[in-house]
Amino acid sequence: MVGLVVVSHSERAAEGIVEIAAEMAGDTVIEPVGGDGKGGIGTVPDAIEDALAAAEDGDGVVVLVDLGSAVMNADVAIEMSEAEAVIADAPVLEGAVNAAVAATDPAATLDSVCEQAEAAREIQKL
Amino acid sequence: MTEDGEAAVAVVEAVADRIERERKHLTQLDSAIGDADHGGNMARGWSAAADAARDLGDPDAQTVAKTVGKTLMSEVGGASGPLFGGSLVFAGVELEGGVTAESAVAFAETYLEKVEDRGDARLGDQTMVDALTPAVHTFKKSVETDELPPLEALAKAVDAAERGVAFTVPIRARKGRASYLGWRSVGHQDPGATSTLYILEELLSVAADHSGAEIPETDATSPTIPDDAETADATAPEPEDD
Repeated sequence: MVGLVVVSHSERAAEGIVEIAAEMAGDTVIEPVGGDGKGGIGTVPDAIEDALAAAEDGDGVVVLVDLGSAVMNADVAIEMSEAEAVIADAPVLEGAVNAAVAATDPAATLDSVCEQAEAAREIQKL
Repeated sequence: MTEDGEAAVAVVEAVADRIERERKHLTQLDSAIGDADHGGNMARGWSAAADAARDLGDPDAQTVAKTVGKTLMSEVGGASGPLFGGSLVFAGVELEGGVTAESAVAFAETYLEKVEDRGDARLGDQTMVDALTPAVHTFKKSVETDELPPLEALAKAVDAAERGVAFTVPIRARKGRASYLGWRSVGHQDPGATSTLYILEELLSVAADHSGAEIPETDATSPTIPDDAETADATAPEPEDD
């Protein structure tokens, strides 16, 4: 099964986003990761690498990210990690919800889940 | 410890001290156009990097670069981690055979390339690339074309970086947190370009100490290709008489 990792500058934001996405995620593993590791705002590649390992189940991991350094540190973590992982170019909350739903499809692949996450860019709210 | 390794550790310690002294100033710059964490993040990262470098025992310059890079990546907690640290890890490979003028050029070029790739930033985006690019280009030209002594080449590179930092002030940010401000970023000096300049200044200062020389008086704009003038004269068309 394709796993998900949600990276935010805020650990609480990452956990909250995972909480929302998990409502529709079935058995999908969604790992939240965020903060500078010292209780502050930030992102750290080592922590993201651990989250990738926890979410990897053999079918790859789609990574949702919030702002700038989350993207860069996720990049670094993916290079260090043995997990097959891709970053979805998507809004972090809506992308996580879309990806969570897509991952429950028995035919889901890394590409299909990432594609669904990125489709969240088109979501209109009004 | 190799001589290069000893100098490399001294650079890291000097940078850590300098960043600590400039911590408030960097944070002030970052609070104007960013998230006010650059001074704190960099100070924490470089202090840990100096500790890690001192603990190495008998390192060569490559090992120091890699260790510092990895420490910055895990300690900084922001974009500066992968930008300063990640780039240092990759660039450090160029120092495998020791520090020479040639390997220093390769180190500088790889470092710039990695910063550009990781941050997806180009010259004129109001980022550290605006300080790094003139520094790296000037260093390369000074070593390879002008065949200047490395210390003088580095002094010119530092001067070029200083001009690059000044260039970030009147332009609009296209990358990084400041880009969210749009036109309001105009008129502000980029914190990452500024800390990049501090690092280069400390590198120059330690390089001068270790070579027992004074920092050469120089600037990046001085004409440095005397042979070129001759060539130009020889090939220039004769002025026509009226």
